[in-house]
Amino acid sequence: MINIHQVHKSFGELEVVKGVSLDVEKGEVLSIIGGSGSGKSTLLMCINGLESIQGGSIKVDGVDVHNPKTDLNLLRQKIGIVFQQWNAFPHLTVMENVMLAPRKVLGRSRQEAEEEAVRQLKHVGLGEKLNVFPTKLSGGQQQRMAIARALAMSPDYMLFDEATSALDPQLVGEVLDTMRMLAEDGMTMVLVTHEIAFAREVSDRVAFFRQGLIHEIGTPDEVIRNPSKPETAAFLKSIK
Amino acid sequence: MFETSFTRTDFLILLNGAWLTLQLTFWAVLIGTLGGIVLGWLRNAQPRLTIPLGWLLDVFRTVPLLIQFVLANSLNSILGLHWPIMLIGCVTLGLYCSAYCTDIVRSGLDAVSPNLRRAARSLGMTYWQELFNISAPLATRVAFPSWLNMTLAAMKDTALVMWLGLAELLRSSQYIITRIQEPLLVLCIVGLIYYVMSWAIAWCGARIERRWNTND
Repeated sequence: MINIHQVHKSFGELEVVKGVSLDVEKGEVLSIIGGSGSGKSTLLMCINGLESIQGGSIKVDGVDVHNPKTDLNLLRQKIGIVFQQWNAFPHLTVMENVMLAPRKVLGRSRQEAEEEAVRQLKHVGLGEKLNVFPTKLSGGQQQRMAIARALAMSPDYMLFDEATSALDPQLVGEVLDTMRMLAEDGMTMVLVTHEIAFAREVSDRVAFFRQGLIHEIGTPDEVIRNPSKPETAAFLKSIK
Repeated sequence: MFETSFTRTDFLILLNGAWLTLQLTFWAVLIGTLGGIVLGWLRNAQPRLTIPLGWLLDVFRTVPLLIQFVLANSLNSILGLHWPIMLIGCVTLGLYCSAYCTDIVRSGLDAVSPNLRRAARSLGMTYWQELFNISAPLATRVAFPSWLNMTLAAMKDTALVMWLGLAELLRSSQYIITRIQEPLLVLCIVGLIYYVMSWAIAWCGARIERRWNTND
């Protein structure tokens, strides 16, 4: 379970998250929508400690992420994250990309890591591309590889930071399919996304962020179909 | 027709000099690379804190190498270190290379996208695991051509150690020229030897680069 309590985050003078509280239950799929600069991606980075926070607390399975005594490397093993820029390691093959962290971080043997990598890559539909270098892949394939790379660590949580925003429109579908599959498998997911239709389809809850705060939160039907706040409605209208 | 007093023995003398040149190059580049990796990594990791280090390295980069050799040699006598000339040559040239290599390494590391480093850390890798498995290999690819340049330049710079009295390739040729008075021929041969040595290094470098390029 992820407990976010009164989190404040600033970059210098600029406060981008202004006291957000939010709980994500095990097995839940939560989508965060909102305009750019609303603080939604930043909050995601704070959940696994890639960004520091200036106030409040974030706990993952009861572990305080921003306590200096917390072993972040250990914590991050159970929180997978997929970025907007897919960030394939260009000097490693697809297979090696996926094997690296299980080998180095979890100390898996080459054979174990290989088997797991093949399994995950087949799962995301890249079984034919095992020994190819990432530059030979399309954006959608690289992003699916990034998902497999995160899954190879057997995380309990998956965070998606606008995972499809940098993709060509015709490649968005294949990545969303992969994410849908994960949601159906019961993975606990937090997605920052602009794909409203997708959010509505897979989410248990949707949060609309505005100016560093949760403006509205509820089921997809409540927030997307019948938004109670005029700003939510205006936002949804603007991106259609 | 073409007649010369250049003998086989002279050629062997030149080869001996060339061997010394290669040794000097090897040690200088080794010291320079190791020093450059450590200092370049520091410059990349703590750019502000290490600004004074940058100033110090600039001294080695701006003062002519010849003056550095003479100063190092004098320092050796003043401090009574009694280091052999070869060692002074290697260390001085090594420091000079370190100064250049520091910036080569730093620029290589600077070229690694912070997003990639972040992605590696997000998988639970420690700072060092990320550095060795992601940043270092990627920085190496970026820095390698400059490093090769430095190596080739260092080989030619070894000629300056003759002022310390070491009979490397160029100094060896001076003896022969003085004796047989055929500077043009001897210098052509010396030039050719330098060319062959440089070419061999450049060829190895090009092969390594090609292997990387087929990947990414």
